[in-house]
Amino acid sequence: MEENKQPVSEGKTTEKKETKATPAAKEKKSEKMFLLRSSPHMATTDNVPRIMWTVIAALMPAVVYGVYNFGFSVLLTILWSVIAAVVTEIVTNKMRGRDMKNGDGSAVLTGLLLAMTLPPGFPKAYAAIGSVFAIAIGKQIFGGLGYNIFNPALLGRAFLQASFSVKMTTWTAPVSMDAITTATPLGSFKFEKVMTPYFDLFMGRIGGCIGETSALLIIIGGIYLLIKKYADWRIPVSYLGTVFILGGLFWLINPEQYPDPVFHLFSGGLMLGAFFMATDMVTSPVTPRGTWIYGVGLGIVLIVIRLFGGLPEGVMYSILFMNAFVPLINRYTRLKIFGEPKK
Amino acid sequence: MATKKSYAGEFLKGLWDENPVLRMQLGLCPTLAVTNSAINGFSMGLAVIFTLVMSSTIISLARNIIPKEVRIPTFIIVIATFVTIADKMLAAYFPDISKALGPFVPLIVVNCIIMGRQEAFASKNPVGRAIIDALGMSIGFTITLTILGSIRELLGVGTIFAVQIMPSSFEPWMVMVLQPGAFLTLGLMIGVANWINARRTK
Repeated sequence: MEENKQPVSEGKTTEKKETKATPAAKEKKSEKMFLLRSSPHMATTDNVPRIMWTVIAALMPAVVYGVYNFGFSVLLTILWSVIAAVVTEIVTNKMRGRDMKNGDGSAVLTGLLLAMTLPPGFPKAYAAIGSVFAIAIGKQIFGGLGYNIFNPALLGRAFLQASFSVKMTTWTAPVSMDAITTATPLGSFKFEKVMTPYFDLFMGRIGGCIGETSALLIIIGGIYLLIKKYADWRIPVSYLGTVFILGGLFWLINPEQYPDPVFHLFSGGLMLGAFFMATDMVTSPVTPRGTWIYGVGLGIVLIVIRLFGGLPEGVMYSILFMNAFVPLINRYTRLKIFGEPKK
Repeated sequence: MATKKSYAGEFLKGLWDENPVLRMQLGLCPTLAVTNSAINGFSMGLAVIFTLVMSSTIISLARNIIPKEVRIPTFIIVIATFVTIADKMLAAYFPDISKALGPFVPLIVVNCIIMGRQEAFASKNPVGRAIIDALGMSIGFTITLTILGSIRELLGVGTIFAVQIMPSSFEPWMVMVLQPGAFLTLGLMIGVANWINARRTK
């Protein structure tokens, strides 16, 4: 480990020594388990399990609120979803001959995120089917964590949406409300032109998916992630910013027909999507410039779906849609290598 | 053909080793489009069996008199003749199936399995071999489409060949009878076929 901590400037001398060393000496070194790598050398405590568990922790406030808001049964939905995801992860890894000693918690996160995007009354067995799909088809088919093109949790949700569209749009009212079913704020605006008060929107006393209702708690978790730098701040900023500006433009054009930008920001799954799903490290661009393009694209797709599409909500499809462009964005926003000649 | 296979080998290769859908990825357009139920996949397969066997026979018989320069138009005319016969027969005797298959029966004309077998096999081999090859290929196609259609129908409606299989509490996975279901199921089937093959060659 000592080798790893060498400052960058000494990298060259290490390399020279390495080339001079005889094969026998090399072997000796490898026996001692020295890690020899080319510069730059950085010591970091971040690793995949730590990041995954931190994200899960950041989601907890919203999860706890979801359980409080919709009753104990959603906790079971979440458990079903998470357990199905973990079991699928273990089984598929076995099938692929992968070592499971380094369980990284990503399956738990996928299951949890999927459950948070489901309506509260959604049958638990179907939530499990969604998890199985998310892990097996959404992630492992592509080669496992780090190779998936689309956000697995959202892919699982898209599968459920396409399979059980009626159940996916039946909204149970929060237990604190005196009703059995209720429309989501976006749905009631789109189909009945009824506005929901901002305060309810912000705090989460509304109908909706298990984990998306309270904008406040999601923002708290999201900001924690941004501070820890596990999520790129550019994505939520550009995503939310685009939604605000574009939504605002349409609102200025025709306030009767289009909701105002603040409503756009705090309704539906936008906060959850912007902080926890669009920022997925695997499925978002790696370059700063690419990240801006990605975020703006997300916002445009979302507004188009919300205002002109048949569905009231478009966060899921906007993220899946832009996920497909990430390899292309990465390719065209590649950073210049230092010293590379100008064209 | 470098090595002459036995007649049985010529037939069997269409079922697995050179299965048009699973191994060669040919004819995917009808495969994806019409397999929303087992019966549709099966009848599509039958139409292809008829067309492929008949046109392979004719092409193989005429292989020595077709000028090389115009062989492709000749193939198409022969194939189109039999496709038209199959299409009209379906429309006359099985109007429901004909309606379900829609434009995909006339489109057999440009099905690459049929075109490919004429170009690669029937135009170079005697008629007996050509028929055996055509039978193997088209039956392989039919079996694949029927399995694909059965899986999609089972999960998407709960039945196979309109016979209820799933318990009544089963909620159909609508996605399976829609287009994404075709891609998902076919992809997984090709994956399984590759996996089996990889194990066999080991």
